[in-house]
Amino acid sequence: MTRSFNTSTDLPVTLEPRYQGPDELGFSRWLGRMPVWVLPLIAAVFLIWPTVVEAQTVYSAQKIMDIMAKWLPLLITQGFLMNVIISFFTMLFGTIAGLFLGLGRVSDNSGIRGFSWLVVQLFRNSPWLVLLFIVMLTLPFEIRIAGTYIAVPDWMKAVFGLSLPIMANLAEIVRGAIQSVPSAQWEAAESLAFSKRQIMWQIILPQCFKRMIPPWMNWYAIMTMATPLVSLLGVTELVTLSRQAMEAEGNNPSLLMPFFGFALIIFFAYCYPIARLTLRLEKKYAVKG
Amino acid sequence: MSDQDWTDQQPIVSIKDVHKAFGTLEVLKGVSMDIMKGEVICIIGPSGSGKSTLIRCINALNDIQAGSITIEGQEVHDTKLDKLELRKKVGMVFQQYNLFPHKTALENVMMAPIKVLKQPRDEVEVRARALIKKVRLEGKEDSYPGELSGGQQQRVAIARSLAMDPDVMLFDEVTAALDPETVKEVLLTIKELAADGMTCILVTHEMGFAREVADHIYFTDRGVIVEHGPPETFFESASDPRTKEFLGQIL
Ligand SMILES: Nc1ncnc2c1ncn2[C@@H]1O[C@H](COP(=O)(O)OP(=O)(O)OP(=O)(O)O)[C@@H](O)[C@H]1O
Ligand SMILES: [Mg+2]
Repeated sequence: MTRSFNTSTDLPVTLEPRYQGPDELGFSRWLGRMPVWVLPLIAAVFLIWPTVVEAQTVYSAQKIMDIMAKWLPLLITQGFLMNVIISFFTMLFGTIAGLFLGLGRVSDNSGIRGFSWLVVQLFRNSPWLVLLFIVMLTLPFEIRIAGTYIAVPDWMKAVFGLSLPIMANLAEIVRGAIQSVPSAQWEAAESLAFSKRQIMWQIILPQCFKRMIPPWMNWYAIMTMATPLVSLLGVTELVTLSRQAMEAEGNNPSLLMPFFGFALIIFFAYCYPIARLTLRLEKKYAVKG
Repeated sequence: MSDQDWTDQQPIVSIKDVHKAFGTLEVLKGVSMDIMKGEVICIIGPSGSGKSTLIRCINALNDIQAGSITIEGQEVHDTKLDKLELRKKVGMVFQQYNLFPHKTALENVMMAPIKVLKQPRDEVEVRARALIKKVRLEGKEDSYPGELSGGQQQRVAIARSLAMDPDVMLFDEVTAALDPETVKEVLLTIKELAADGMTCILVTHEMGFAREVADHIYFTDRGVIVEHGPPETFFESASDPRTKEFLGQIL
């Protein structure tokens, strides 16, 4: 495509200045740029090496392998699957709330704008664990909907707690994306008699949808890695179960490395492809705009 | 929609003593002009003289501090008036085209009639295809703006405005961002539009074009209309020194 610019200026033509804030994909860049052999390396260090080193002491390598094999199905189906479920729901709520909060940040109404700003500031950089505890302790254990009491399981409360920082961070992504669309798009749409709401939902948001995907996925990976936090609140997930399994096996220190090593590996194996994809999409959308 | 008392015999756009300031910067200091239905008028003048601001006031993209602008007898800056209703009657084409980048050429043209005027999609599509043909872009219906040249994008933008079936079209230096070769094709499109009887208000630096298509030329400088007249008299016998200087520079 050829593009020409107004010739009334002699300044060298530069591209529109792009927002140069802190790297919004920092986590994915760190994770995604690791070579693939990091995975077997971690596996070797955490699983094989200690089993060999301590093999002759209390447990034989064979015994440790047997114990792991016994617990693995449970750790995955009752443990890691729970982390994944929590991460899905957190992302779902966080995205919906973050979208509206982000829209609030660019609202015409200064009251809404100020309120949204406050909410974002409050939740964006607060320690996640503190937010989790607050939600855990303040949310009722059951809610009343149309006369019937519905129990709110602990993991659901944890989802709400994790959704708060995700919501605030995604709101900033939404705001940044909306503001990156040139104001000329608004004017063109206004001159065609679109209402403000139509412009936002039918013209502006669809345009910046693509550029929101990489940072959105980045936050998904960060948050998924953080889901074991909820074990501190007694929610059953991978780390909680690993500790219970070790306890059931007599709390032998030889089991520490294999169990937590497994946890590390499974999180890595899950988030690593996401990070890689995030970086790929970033590159792809940067070219196509 | 339009005022009961308004008839074709009265100006379709009437601008009276309009004042507009951005903060303390006075950009329009009492501008008046009347445009009759089917007329083509060109506004010329040095950079920063308020040309864009003036035509943006006509479809209420900018508000005004004093004076009045009426379209078909209806006050544009009446706070009771629905701006959206007004904008259905006034099309606008911008220097930088401003097509919606995530939509194809055809979708760009179809979008407003479907979403704003709530017209049935298949009916709109027939009309949109005809408009694309009219601006000589047959075969480009499914191209995205990024795949079109500047001149092609600008013609899509014109078709997009026309799809709303406006009574008045505003053009703000629509060829200023184009390569010299593509300027011609866009000007030709506008010329045909004018010949069809569309009321057009153009801001342009293309003097030859202004001379050819305009019924009336307005010269603005520092927020006022310095001089105006039909092209023959305007170009031959401009009397104000500012006009002469401007024409001397540009011709
Ligand atoms: N939104 C705005 N806020 C503040 N000042 C503005 C705004 N829009 C325009 N101006 C100022 O108003 C003056 C007139 O601008 P305008 O764009 O109407 O000029 P113009 O005649 O169209 O010039 P050009 O030929 O360069 O397009 C300029 O000094 C400009 O800086
Ligand atoms: Mg201008």
